[in-house]
Amino acid sequence: MKRFIGFIKKEFYHIFRDRRSLFILFGMPIAQIMLFGFAITNEINNVNIAILDHSKDETTKEIIHKIASSKYFTITASILNETEIETAFKKGHVKAVLIFEKDFSKNLGKENNATVQVIADATDPNTANTISNYVSAILQNYQQQINVAVKTSYQIIPKTRMVFNPELKSVFMFVPGVMTIILMLVSAMMTSISITREKELGTMEILLVSPLKPFQVIIGKVVPYIFLSIINAIVIVLLGIFVFNMPVQGSYFLLAAESVLFIITSLSLGILISTISASQQTAMMISLMALMLPTILLSGFIFPVSSMPLPLQIISNIVPAKWFIIILKGIMLKGVGIQFIWKSTLILVGMTLFFIGLSVKKYKIRLE
Amino acid sequence: MKEDTVIIVENLTKNFGDFTAVNNISFEVKKGEIFGFLGANGAGKTTAMKMLIGISNPTSGNAQVAGFDVYKNPNDIKKNIGYMSQKFALYDDLTVKENITFFGGIYGLSRKKIEEKRCQLVEELGLQEIVNELVGSLPLGWKQKISFSVALLHNPKIVFLDEPTGGVDPITRRQFWEMIYKTAHEGTTIFVTTHYMDEAEYCDRVSIMVNGKIEALNTPKKLKEQFKTSTMNDVFLKLARG
Amino acid sequence: MSISVQNISKSFKDKTALKNISFEVQEGELFGLIGPDGAGKTTLFRILTTLLFADSGTATVANFDAINDYKKIRNNVGYMPGKFSLYQDLTVEENLEFFATIFGTTIEENYDLIKDIYVQIEPFKNRRAGKLSGGMKQKLALCCALIHKPKVLFLDEPTTGVDPVSRKEFWEMLKRLQTKGITMLVSTPYMDEAALCDRIALIQDGKILEIDTPQHIVKHYPKTIYNVSANNMYQLINSLKNYEHNYSVYPFGEFVHYSDKRNDFNPTDLKLYLEKQQLQNIQISKTAATIEDTFMELAK
Repeated sequence: MKRFIGFIKKEFYHIFRDRRSLFILFGMPIAQIMLFGFAITNEINNVNIAILDHSKDETTKEIIHKIASSKYFTITASILNETEIETAFKKGHVKAVLIFEKDFSKNLGKENNATVQVIADATDPNTANTISNYVSAILQNYQQQINVAVKTSYQIIPKTRMVFNPELKSVFMFVPGVMTIILMLVSAMMTSISITREKELGTMEILLVSPLKPFQVIIGKVVPYIFLSIINAIVIVLLGIFVFNMPVQGSYFLLAAESVLFIITSLSLGILISTISASQQTAMMISLMALMLPTILLSGFIFPVSSMPLPLQIISNIVPAKWFIIILKGIMLKGVGIQFIWKSTLILVGMTLFFIGLSVKKYKIRLE
Repeated sequence: MKEDTVIIVENLTKNFGDFTAVNNISFEVKKGEIFGFLGANGAGKTTAMKMLIGISNPTSGNAQVAGFDVYKNPNDIKKNIGYMSQKFALYDDLTVKENITFFGGIYGLSRKKIEEKRCQLVEELGLQEIVNELVGSLPLGWKQKISFSVALLHNPKIVFLDEPTGGVDPITRRQFWEMIYKTAHEGTTIFVTTHYMDEAEYCDRVSIMVNGKIEALNTPKKLKEQFKTSTMNDVFLKLARG
Repeated sequence: MSISVQNISKSFKDKTALKNISFEVQEGELFGLIGPDGAGKTTLFRILTTLLFADSGTATVANFDAINDYKKIRNNVGYMPGKFSLYQDLTVEENLEFFATIFGTTIEENYDLIKDIYVQIEPFKNRRAGKLSGGMKQKLALCCALIHKPKVLFLDEPTTGVDPVSRKEFWEMLKRLQTKGITMLVSTPYMDEAALCDRIALIQDGKILEIDTPQHIVKHYPKTIYNVSANNMYQLINSLKNYEHNYSVYPFGEFVHYSDKRNDFNPTDLKLYLEKQQLQNIQISKTAATIEDTFMELAK
């Protein structure tokens, strides 16, 4: 046991003396959360739009006022004729132009029918789509207001309620995603690198020619990173809660337990990588290519799994991150208990056992 | 600068923070001379050599290499010298031929010239059998001989050799030195570091660095007389042990 | 018998590293494995330290079988691999403490054994190993390999890339360790170090050329060697090589070692020939063969 503690002590020396890695280790989660939370988002806020109002009557004024007072849009320009629309887009100042047809009020009154044209800049299709949806919503809302006074024919108005994330905040998507990536990175990449570093330095030779048992070497390598990963997980959850008002509906205990499980899954992957790579560089490449990319692309973190082509959907099942994200969303957003996520949990447990078994089989007590 | 002096070093100093790696050294090396640059590990040899080949700026002092100032014209120096280090010599994953072509290319030799040089090398070193093999699969001795020749591809005025024979077998080591003699005989200056003291005897003149300073500089014969010993090894031990 | 190697062969994919090697090392002996890089020294060390399996043959270390009793060997040997394998980001003291701990001992317990060496690096005990000079790293690595009081010590090229002063000190340390009863197998590419061993094996291309004491091994040299010197070394070598009766011509420090094919060789003939080649200050005198001469003769 004393040998083992001595080993762990040494690992912590390595970690704390490598300032740059330490900075990455703790700086990265914060930077990523902030980045995903603030910069990369599907919501729109204060989008600049222009108005081309051909009728300039009471109704259009009211509608424009309604749009301008919403937090989604800022009206930056009034355009006088059609030819200016293109110039406005090309300058890039506005993302959409709203055109009210001539005699808007009259048409609405007489024929119960008036047209608003929304022209959106679709270089960014997602934003364009969202803008048009928001505008429609505002118009519909206005329509309902005036319809209260004037009883007209029957209408079916769909009322959508977004559950679990009523404000459609994308940051709620990203917090579980970033947490998954960070834990994967810290656990898998860092351990595989630190084990292969010993191979590269030649110190692994000495460790092998010592009474230290192979599993002691491996566990000794892993323990410090379990600590670091747990700290990272806590930092991310706290940032989510206090900076982005992310709710944690379910049990904190379950959240912690599942996180530790995922950390162990990642660590076992890291060990597996280190058994098959001879240098730090290879370990890093394998970690990045085989772990990071699938984690980001196939886990459902950014692209929903359900909208992927079938082969990719099937492949996504072997990405541990997919299951962890399901678990995280379940606990944090839906507030479910273990009875709803036991299947994903079981899959992760199975994967972990598999990786550990494979590593043990691959681990060499000799150099060949 | 005199016609036949290719390296002039005057009061050259390099500090790293508080630590003086090279302390006010001065010497001259003549054309066609084999100059042995000896010293214990950490005595400042590598630092001094880096300044002379124009990849590190001195803290103070002057140095001219191949007629160019180390401050003002480091790039001209690089064009006029060859460099071979023990650590990096050739690309292991390229063949002998590809290595020659590559290094000829970076020194701006024309394709015709490279071709010509390659044939010459193959002939002189007897590379016919291995010219298309990966360098990584060759014995160390071969690699070192080839990389020395590669360092000479562009007919440099001076070749800097940083422990060229470390770990090489004794026969190849001698063949290597015969190549050095030949090169020097043809007028190229050789600036060489080594840990083999018998190799120090092969040099025309030898300098010995201790703690950043040149403590002795003379022909091996005179040094042995001066320190009243029979081998360079003893001279070295006397000096470095103080 | 401390180390016994019987008919060991080993090859990697396309390369034979060791060809049918056999030798024995007595208890308390300082045994040298002398040969250039790529001779197979490191492979042999790895087989003896149980890091590699031999393709064929058997080996025992401290009377334990290298395959079946590998755990016992690992407890009883000290190993200093080629590149001083230390943790660069740990201090001198931390490195030593770490190796003591993993071998289940403490620095204090075996301090006697390393004292001589450790006092030389103790002033730098709070310095990181990566910032030490080559000679000091080598001393620290030796301390680390000794800290658990091994019966057999394996030193793979401990002096490569180290300056002559540190090399000399290092060999003095090994000599002192020998008096404490530790068996040592040392490899080196420096022929001059061979003289410091009790017995040596000359090895090249995976084959052992000769095993004997350094004193005996030079007696195997078949010819008389002459030291030849003249005013121009390059010209001298070329002239000697062109001399029809030459058996071997090798530069050796300030001299050229020359031996002749003929049994009735008369140095005066050679002198006359060299004078004809416009050489001056010609001196020719008999000299004893060195281990390096013998090695080159055997490796030819």
